[in-house]
Amino acid sequence: MKLYCLSGHPTLPCNVLKFKSTTIMLDCGLDTTSVLNFLPLPLVHSPRLSKLPSWVSKDGTINLEKELKECAGRVFVDSQPEFCLPERELLDLSTVDVILVSNYHCMMALPYITEHTGFTGTVYATEPTLQIGRLLMEELVTFMERVPKAQSATCWKNKEIQRMLPGPLKDAVDVWTWKRSYSMQEVNSALSKVQLVGYSQKVELFGAVQVSPLSSGYSLGSSNWIIQSHHEKVSYVSGSSLLTTHPQPMDQSSLKNSDVLILTGLTQMPTANPDGMLGEFCSNLAMTIRAGGNVLVPCYSSGVIYDLLECLYQFIDNANLGTTPFYFISPVANSSLEFSQIFAEWLCHNKQSKVYLPEPPFPHAELIQTNKLKHYSSIHGDFSSEFRQPCVVFTGHPSLRFGDVVHFMELWGKSSLNTIIFTEPDFSYLDALAPYQPLAMKCVYCPIDTRLNFHQVSKLLKEVQPLHVVCPEQYTQPPQSQAHRSDLMLELHPPPMPYRRCSVLNLPFRRRYERVYILPELANSLVPSEIKPGVSLATVSAVLHSKDNKHTLQSVPKAPPAPPSKKRKRVPEEPPVLLGPKPLLSGAVPLEAFLATLQKHGITEVKVEETADGHILHLQAEDTLIQLEEDGTHIVCDNNEPLRTTLRDLVLRFLQRL
Amino acid sequence: MPEIKVTPLGAGQDVGRSCILVSIGGKNIMLDCGMHMGYNDDRRFPDFSYITQNGRLTEFLDCVIISHFHLDHCGALPFMSEMVGYDGPIYMTHPTKAICPILLEDFRKITVDKKGETNFFTSQMIKDCMKKVVPLNLHQTVQVDDELEIKAYYAGHVLGAAMVHIKVGSESVVYTGDYNMTPDRHLGAAWIDKCRPDLLISESTYATTIRDSKRCRERDFLKKVHESIERGGKVLIPVFALGRAQELCILLETFWERMNLKAPIYFSTGLTEKANHYYKLFITWTNQKIRKTFVQRNMFEFKHIKAFDRSYADNPGPMVVFATPGMLHAGQSLQIFKKWAGNEKNMVIMPGYCVQGTIGHKILNGQRKLEMEGRSTLDVKLQVEYMSFSAHADAKGIMQLIRMAEPRNMLLVHGEAVKMEFLKGKIEQEFSIDCHMPANGETVAVTTNPSVPVDISLNLLKREMALGGPLPDPKKPRTMHGTLIMKENSLKLVSSEQALKELGLNEHQLRFTCRVQLQDPHSDSDTLHRIYTHLKSVLKGYTIQHLPDGTVMVESIVIKVSSCAEDANTKVLLLSWSYQDEDLGSFLSTLLKKGLPSGLC
Repeated sequence: MKLYCLSGHPTLPCNVLKFKSTTIMLDCGLDTTSVLNFLPLPLVHSPRLSKLPSWVSKDGTINLEKELKECAGRVFVDSQPEFCLPERELLDLSTVDVILVSNYHCMMALPYITEHTGFTGTVYATEPTLQIGRLLMEELVTFMERVPKAQSATCWKNKEIQRMLPGPLKDAVDVWTWKRSYSMQEVNSALSKVQLVGYSQKVELFGAVQVSPLSSGYSLGSSNWIIQSHHEKVSYVSGSSLLTTHPQPMDQSSLKNSDVLILTGLTQMPTANPDGMLGEFCSNLAMTIRAGGNVLVPCYSSGVIYDLLECLYQFIDNANLGTTPFYFISPVANSSLEFSQIFAEWLCHNKQSKVYLPEPPFPHAELIQTNKLKHYSSIHGDFSSEFRQPCVVFTGHPSLRFGDVVHFMELWGKSSLNTIIFTEPDFSYLDALAPYQPLAMKCVYCPIDTRLNFHQVSKLLKEVQPLHVVCPEQYTQPPQSQAHRSDLMLELHPPPMPYRRCSVLNLPFRRRYERVYILPELANSLVPSEIKPGVSLATVSAVLHSKDNKHTLQSVPKAPPAPPSKKRKRVPEEPPVLLGPKPLLSGAVPLEAFLATLQKHGITEVKVEETADGHILHLQAEDTLIQLEEDGTHIVCDNNEPLRTTLRDLVLRFLQRL
Repeated sequence: MPEIKVTPLGAGQDVGRSCILVSIGGKNIMLDCGMHMGYNDDRRFPDFSYITQNGRLTEFLDCVIISHFHLDHCGALPFMSEMVGYDGPIYMTHPTKAICPILLEDFRKITVDKKGETNFFTSQMIKDCMKKVVPLNLHQTVQVDDELEIKAYYAGHVLGAAMVHIKVGSESVVYTGDYNMTPDRHLGAAWIDKCRPDLLISESTYATTIRDSKRCRERDFLKKVHESIERGGKVLIPVFALGRAQELCILLETFWERMNLKAPIYFSTGLTEKANHYYKLFITWTNQKIRKTFVQRNMFEFKHIKAFDRSYADNPGPMVVFATPGMLHAGQSLQIFKKWAGNEKNMVIMPGYCVQGTIGHKILNGQRKLEMEGRSTLDVKLQVEYMSFSAHADAKGIMQLIRMAEPRNMLLVHGEAVKMEFLKGKIEQEFSIDCHMPANGETVAVTTNPSVPVDISLNLLKREMALGGPLPDPKKPRTMHGTLIMKENSLKLVSSEQALKELGLNEHQLRFTCRVQLQDPHSDSDTLHRIYTHLKSVLKGYTIQHLPDGTVMVESIVIKVSSCAEDANTKVLLLSWSYQDEDLGSFLSTLLKKGLPSGLC
């Protein structure tokens, strides 16, 4: 049993598990932090960006005038942003049988895998994961395709040149494998391979393995997975939350009794309390608006934004923000808001009971109805005419490299009245802002990451007690910036098995048993005998049938009777059919009782001789020897087959057959 | 032999008060708990005293499962749980859980408030009953207890309708509830995987209908409405708030759009928004087309259908009005009916069943003069039409479901005996499986033949699979030997050697030695070789070795030769074998006693 680790990003994992005869990919995360090395893609021509100086190495030997631009001391690639894909060389991805997706953030690399590796299997995901995942992919594709960039920079990737570049470009790994965004056609094709599953649904894979998604409490439809056979159990924990937000609570108890627990997707902000951050978000927002400034919230179009809107719903009236317009701009804004309302089954209890009334589970329906929240597919069209300031704008992409957010950065960046509030934890805000420097607008960093923190996870692990834990190496040491915080790492006994990109781990499994089904006819013919109190034995002779990894035992078919016309001359001439061995024997033959039995059968003249290991019985009349020992009986009997068989049966009376 | 027992308390050779008791693997399950529309007395509810005479049912039932929100499937639920007494879990899907209490409350109001019945369940009882409900998601495997698991499948029929797969150990039953196998205007088709249950309990409302005539009924309906509108008449459609009403609304909405009709369609107040809201929020339960387009256009946000105000009833010109309740026994639908009944241009379309005693029932039976309160009479001049819109599987659909699930036995409920009989014959003929159709109170037992799950040691299994080769040979089945250890609740199959080891037992060797005298005038080694050749020719398929140390081994039986001290031509063969080779050893000693055939080289 092996685990191939294809991603080094702890919250955007991609691992492949070989379990029994199946090859299972666990998540398909796309590392988008690579886009921070690129210049932003403006929606309308940006004079500032186009006037950035080209970067030239100090000695002037490297001049990639067209590819590299410099802004505030940092170097950026002037090209369509590219993503860092899961490793594709570690194993042949066409052998992957199934892909299990745990949440919509962890499936963004799906089209690269399903469309370009010869993958022919099935992808399993819940309905919200599929629908919202589709929206996020669609958004990404739209962001990229509506501002096409003619040039594609590749020279900087040359190893010799990359070596000479300043950081962080110099240290970027595997830049040759970075890829541009996929197309909508590839998205549709990839998602057509998705098979929908519900929580606690048991899905059989080739009869060998059963997989089952469990609620993980992190986002709509987010799941952890159980991968098990009758005797082995692997739990895959990815992006889980114990906070009460909108999704159904996490199912913890089903993770119990795992042989191996693969732990990924812990919080990226272990020191930031989500509730505190939410408070800070609201107060900064109110402060800016009151001062007449605008608020920009770069965010994903699904997930935390639902909670932010719900929080604002309660907050705006108290804070006298009733007249402030809130805008949500994304190609999928409308869809995301609509979809959030139809997944009652996947929501927390409170929201479910609202649906029974029937009321929409999320209050953003009311914000839209009362015109407090407006959504637009982009800054073009209606928005440009309806837009009023000061206002609050929610828009993507949180990396600030593409999407409508780029426009607002150019528009509002120069005024210190405005504020940008970062809520998504995926990108360092300093890196995100780098190509916009110098910047006058205020920056507030309130990352909201509801995923498990180290305290919660150690409590969880104590509860569910897996035999072994596998996790990204990042979790086995404190973060670099807080090296003294030993509470920000996993401390377990036995210690967790760490992995990094390209690791191949041998999982510590000892498979000893397999499930087999005894057919009723055979089961009825078995004769159990009790050998110890509470323990019975039965010898089984059967024919094994194995089909689709399911094993059954049936009775041995009786040999067809010989045709009656052909009379056999003498029966003993026919050698016995090779029936396999007789059962093993166990126990001992007690001397006195055996002698008594012999006597009963008319064998009276017995001379008993004691030896080192037992006794020798000399049956004088029959000229036969029986050697009785603790762990063996030896019958020496010539020319008297009937006597031999009688003695055999008498001995067997004292022994157990296995 | 283990068996599954099924007793319908309702819906046995009948439609109405569905309630089926199933005993499987020591568990008792109640499937549906409905009321009968046709009765106003005790027969309205299933006879729960069949389960026990002494009141509460909690200890007799492991769970109750409700397939969908129609009253003939859930109408007796508060009576059963609150008045007879049941505190265990009640399973139903989310939409059923949402809509069921509304219909129950409607039912209660009609019975108690309008008809003045006492000794009926109260609003509070409905609430208390709903607190016992555990929501089910599609395809989720719910563990009712350690042994009993249930799983819901999509059934179409109405919003939230489900089929359930019930499993205990390796025995299983599927109950379909009501279902339809063809997608309709707002719902998808039922689907189940090849779960091969021991028993499939299916509804059989349309057991003899071969082609689904729903499209025709829809066309008929639209034609009648259209004709009436064309001649300037008003159309009244009495409905219940949920279910058929939405389907008819979609039907009219699309028709109005297509035909570009201008006549107004109204939906009586209070209901529209609320009822349609359920459909909007549970859109994942509707059909593919509606689900796909809901962001752009929610099918349950109607453009042409507006809220009704009572003053509109006197407006001149044609109109269509959906009004509650569905049986014309009270409320808005009755008021409008009174106003419009006198004009033969108008029409009333009854899209569902009407209980005896209601005006709906009377006019459907052709009564043209109605006695109203205050001794006034009402002349019914308007056209009266009945149109059934219930979505059920037809005979073809039922056969299709059997093909999908591959059950070992069939049981029909929720249909008329004569029609069932016909379908039963068809099923038995086509699938060669037993088909039952018990009447209410009659028990059917289906014997099951569960195989016994056992844990086999991987060593033994691998060894066996390696020896057996990649493909089984049907002519030469390999026999596998092992020991089954039964300890507490575990069953383990291991090799005999491992069994000895695991149980801490010593092995006892039983050996036999036998001397056989033989006349054979050759040297010892020649004799041995002659024995070897002889055995080789007799024992085909056995391993026979002539070892250099002067022995012949047949499998693990040792044969040695020595000359008799007195006579060099008399040879003494020494055979030695263990109990495990008893058959062969015994055979060899007998064979060799007969001497060696001449002509052996």
